[in-house]
Amino acid sequence: MWDREIRAMASTHAIIAASVFMATVLPAVLVPGFSVYGTHLSWLYSVSGAVVAVSVAVFWLLGVAPPTKRNSLGHKLSRLFRYCLYFFLSCLFFHAVVVLYGAPLIDSALETFSLAVLLTSLTTLRCLCVLGPNVQAWIRVFSRHGAMSVWDTGLQITVACTVVGAWLGAFPIPLDWDRPWQVWPISCSLGSTIGFLTGLAAAPLWIHYHRKQLTYKCK
Amino acid sequence: MKGLRLLSLLLWLCSVYYVGIYLFVGGFLLVRLEVNRTSTCGDVLQPADELRDFCHARPRFRRAVLLIVDALRIDFTRFDPNNVAPLPFENKLPVLEEMVTFRPSHCRLYPFRADPPTTTMQRIKGFTTGSLPTFVDVGNNFASSAILEDNLIHQFGNAGKRVVFMGDDTWESLFPKRFHRSLPFPSFNVKDLHTVDNGILQHLYTTMVGGDWDVVVAHFLGVDHCGHRFGSDHPAMADKLTQMDGVIRSVIDRVENDTLLVVMGDHGMTDSGDHGGESQKETDAALFLYSPSSLFPPSSQSEPTVVPQTDLVPTLALLLGVPIPYSNLGQVLLPVFPSLGHTDGVGGRLSQLEALWINAKQVNRFLETYSGIAKDIPPESLSHLKDEFSRLSSEYLTAVGGTRTPSPQLAASLQAYLASVRDTCRATWAKFNPLKMAAGLVILAFACLMCFTLSELSHLLIRENVSVLKALLSAALMAGALVAAGQRLTLGYVEVAWCLAAAALSSELIFLWRTLQAGATTAAKNGCKTFKSASWLTPGCLLAPQLLVALLRCASLLSDSYVIAEGRAVTFLVLSLAIYIPIRLNWDGLLSPPSPDPLKAAGLLPSAASPPLVLRKESSTLLTCVGLLVGSLYLSLSFHGCREEQGSCQPSPFLTPLSRLQDNQLKNLHYVLSVSSLGVWTYLLRCCLRHYGNLNSSGGTAFTARWILPMLAVCLGLYWAVSATSEDSFRNLSELISLAQLVLPRSAFFLLGLGLLLIWIDPLTVFVKTRAAATARGASLPRPRYRASTGISPQAELHHLIPQIYQRMRRSLEDGELSEANEVGSRPAVEAYGLGTVYSAPLLLLCGLLGIGLLLLHPEGMALSFLLMLLQMGALLHIHASSTTLCSLHGTQSGGFNVPWIPVVLWSLAATQFFHATGHLPTFPSIQWNAAFVGFPHGHTSNILPASLVTLNTFASHILFAVGCPLLLFWPLVCEARGSRGRVCGEEGEDAVMEMKLRENPQQFSAALLQLSTRYLFILGAQVFASVCAAAILRRHLMVWKVFAPKLMFEASGFLVSSFSLLIGVTLVLRVDGAVGRWFKRLVPDASR
Repeated sequence: MWDREIRAMASTHAIIAASVFMATVLPAVLVPGFSVYGTHLSWLYSVSGAVVAVSVAVFWLLGVAPPTKRNSLGHKLSRLFRYCLYFFLSCLFFHAVVVLYGAPLIDSALETFSLAVLLTSLTTLRCLCVLGPNVQAWIRVFSRHGAMSVWDTGLQITVACTVVGAWLGAFPIPLDWDRPWQVWPISCSLGSTIGFLTGLAAAPLWIHYHRKQLTYKCK
Repeated sequence: MKGLRLLSLLLWLCSVYYVGIYLFVGGFLLVRLEVNRTSTCGDVLQPADELRDFCHARPRFRRAVLLIVDALRIDFTRFDPNNVAPLPFENKLPVLEEMVTFRPSHCRLYPFRADPPTTTMQRIKGFTTGSLPTFVDVGNNFASSAILEDNLIHQFGNAGKRVVFMGDDTWESLFPKRFHRSLPFPSFNVKDLHTVDNGILQHLYTTMVGGDWDVVVAHFLGVDHCGHRFGSDHPAMADKLTQMDGVIRSVIDRVENDTLLVVMGDHGMTDSGDHGGESQKETDAALFLYSPSSLFPPSSQSEPTVVPQTDLVPTLALLLGVPIPYSNLGQVLLPVFPSLGHTDGVGGRLSQLEALWINAKQVNRFLETYSGIAKDIPPESLSHLKDEFSRLSSEYLTAVGGTRTPSPQLAASLQAYLASVRDTCRATWAKFNPLKMAAGLVILAFACLMCFTLSELSHLLIRENVSVLKALLSAALMAGALVAAGQRLTLGYVEVAWCLAAAALSSELIFLWRTLQAGATTAAKNGCKTFKSASWLTPGCLLAPQLLVALLRCASLLSDSYVIAEGRAVTFLVLSLAIYIPIRLNWDGLLSPPSPDPLKAAGLLPSAASPPLVLRKESSTLLTCVGLLVGSLYLSLSFHGCREEQGSCQPSPFLTPLSRLQDNQLKNLHYVLSVSSLGVWTYLLRCCLRHYGNLNSSGGTAFTARWILPMLAVCLGLYWAVSATSEDSFRNLSELISLAQLVLPRSAFFLLGLGLLLIWIDPLTVFVKTRAAATARGASLPRPRYRASTGISPQAELHHLIPQIYQRMRRSLEDGELSEANEVGSRPAVEAYGLGTVYSAPLLLLCGLLGIGLLLLHPEGMALSFLLMLLQMGALLHIHASSTTLCSLHGTQSGGFNVPWIPVVLWSLAATQFFHATGHLPTFPSIQWNAAFVGFPHGHTSNILPASLVTLNTFASHILFAVGCPLLLFWPLVCEARGSRGRVCGEEGEDAVMEMKLRENPQQFSAALLQLSTRYLFILGAQVFASVCAAAILRRHLMVWKVFAPKLMFEASGFLVSSFSLLIGVTLVLRVDGAVGRWFKRLVPDASR
């Protein structure tokens, strides 16, 4: 049972990582003038779009999300609406947090919001996919004994890595090196992406090596 | 409670830090006093019988052209015809070598050695004043960079010479309004290779041909910028040097007979194009002198191999016929003066000996003046130099008077004299003392280590009855005396710094050794328990976020970019750590009520009923406070000032004083904002004190809180109003206004002093109601049990008694409340007495008073920032209290009153954060000098008062946070009653409440206080250590004099002020403790009756 779940998670993560990779490489080949630094925002949206699409598809196919009790069309629609609403609210939340951390309030609001979109699609989206639109469950998952399955542990690791990556990404901004990647928000979005990829790689490995210690209550 | 012991331990720790800082700063910061005298033409430099005013004699040259090529290293100017594959910087200036070869009597090329620091501004200062610049040239004017010492430009101006300047705009800031004509170009952008040079070239030739000049100074920056951008080994350097070659050629073509051409570099550069340090590549520039008329003797007699940069000053001065600048230390360049044999008597042509004599006399005069105002030149070398000069002068005077040809030895010994003066001064001013720096570093590092050990082992050390302090003190005294005696014997004099160093180091080592021993003995006693304390240095512990944040903060001091952006960086770190707290609590499952667990619901945990409620309340308090903290952090960003390195930065509009605002509406708005925030500050403090019942008593502190605090606020508000009125609007009231400007702040100072005095004299805020009716209820109290144990010492009796008193008082007050239907309602009665906050109330009041007092020294707009500071303090305290309560609810925290690292780190970082948020910056130009004139609008007579006012202004946030530091210990206890009231009310057996818990456990109390103070000192000390390291490691960095050295000064003085304030806070706590003890003693007889 362990092996199967870990393998499923590893392959899922590989697919998501590949999507990030493709979202960087494909436009660079196909679209003239595309580069990570030069046209940063389009890179950012392409990565977020790819991650959103691939995660939604994969997690839907895997059926990780909590089962719903009612299956009427209206209910489905309202559920979809709630997903979108939560996604948007999370973008606003991240935007506010980033501004509080010292991002300019008005000057580059578009860049800041794009970073918030990226962070949302790397973190909140996964929460949505794994736990459904349920903030209580999200808060619960981020506690020591809150994880109830391998997927929850994986969620903890990737989200933490992404956030820490974005946090570390802010460090080079004040330095006077005059590099293209020090421009806001490039270092932060690169940091969060790299953190996300690290989390994707680390989660199955960590779970694999700690599978003896991990015990989950049944759902 | 062992108050004295605690205090002396802290004092000793602080003094060890001070010694470390003193040693390092003594080795690193080179201080020189500026002599603000100027030489004049009337100075009798010639022998008395030969009264000759050389200003009016015809000088050797009428005009001069100074071409300064920034960073022109000496090997750029060499030409080697055999070099077939020259590097980009080789063989690109053939003109100099050509001239030297073909016209040897017209020109010379010398290596030109600069003194470190080899940065342009210091160099310009060096070769115009002729002195050796240091980091702190203590002059009259700190705020501007203009040169006030006597210098060449000033002398040229005095002699009526028209000085035309073009090029690097540094000159314009150094010599404002001194030039006849000035064409400065921006030097800031290092990437721009051509703007300055092309700008000069546009004007240079036309100016030279035009004739409206006597001295032209042209400062080219292209070579330097090219080095910074590409390094010396780059094709761009070849282009730049070739361009310079062309410039020099065309200037030589245009120079006339009465004109001297000087081509020079102000410093060199390393291969990577940097400069600032003292390597030979950085110090050795080129000096090229040329004149169309014959200048040098054909026979190359004693040619100097290297010309020190200062030597240019007297040479130029004497060649152009102006007095040598007063503080010059250079010696004349001999080959340009005819030796005595060749003197043809043409007016003004000084012979070598005359030139040397004038020079020596000027240097001697400077030395006498300087030794009169400063004592940093060692007296024995000074007296040696004086003797030497008097010997030489008598020899010279007899030689001149007797018309006897002076011996050639005289010139040589005059030269030797000048050289030895310069060497003496250089040893005093221009050399780091690496030994002292290293000793300071070591002492600081050990002090930090000691603080850490103390904070981890505070329980052990307080309990230990061995007099550690005596041992420390005696060791320190012995080591100091030994070193002093050794110095006395070997060197003949005593240098205090080294004695202090030996004392500090020996006491540190003794302390660490004893601590290790003590740790080992206790480890032997109770096995594994102390091994917990031995495991602090595991990587996992160091990576814990609180220490990681502290570490990041220290590391950030090593980078100039982070020092420049310090305000934002610290805010970022504080925010990160603040957000970490709820995340961590949530991770531990403490924030949200545990999910309905079948095991717990079954009744395994007895108190399952009340916690969720308390817990929800606590966590909502916590989250609200985090929100408040984050909000105030964000808002505090808008009060920052701007460094000059931050290009696109607007200083906060609140930093301008109201009197300078033009727009009346804006002025009113600012005033209303400031006054209302002042009101909120006062109101909040009073509310807090009233809430805990500290305003009921009739003592001095309560009086202060009730009357002095509001009066102080009113005074301040009135003062702002008065100082904001523009002088023209109320003409007839101008006398009243000026009187008010004098009286209001002074009365505020007086009130502040009175309040502090009252707090100190009578710190208790306890109100005792003697109620006769209570006896009815009192009878139902259990009979005092201490009667049974009369045989025990009175100490134990007292110890036993105190709980009884609490219970009695509580009962009696509850009784009274019930009968009188007091509006306080069901609040526990003990609070009403203010006994629960007996420690924190005076401390809080002290902070509040000091805050208003310090606000008086700031611009009015800063009231908002101070309010934010108060809010942030409150938020931090509540966060700390709530998280402690949450932890204790789940039983995760052990006993004792330990303050964990996170709040301490947050507290100390917040001090730095508000240093920036009150408009301060770690640079000298940004010091708010206006503070010195608050209440003293007509200036001061002494220096001490304004200096202390400016210090108070600069380190206001450090003072407030350090004084308030012990609040971190008290606040969880203060909030406990509120948080877990349900439980306390439920269990009548709970005797001691709130801060009386501390009273119950004096041992743990003093241990916790010691731990808190040492932790705070550790964080502060680590920051000082980091900036000391930065200054030591990066002492050759380009930015050292601009960024790191000022930062070190501010960090060190901040530490001084903070530690002092911390000691004041701790002393106040101890004072309260003593007062409470006496108060209980007074109560004992009543209760036992």
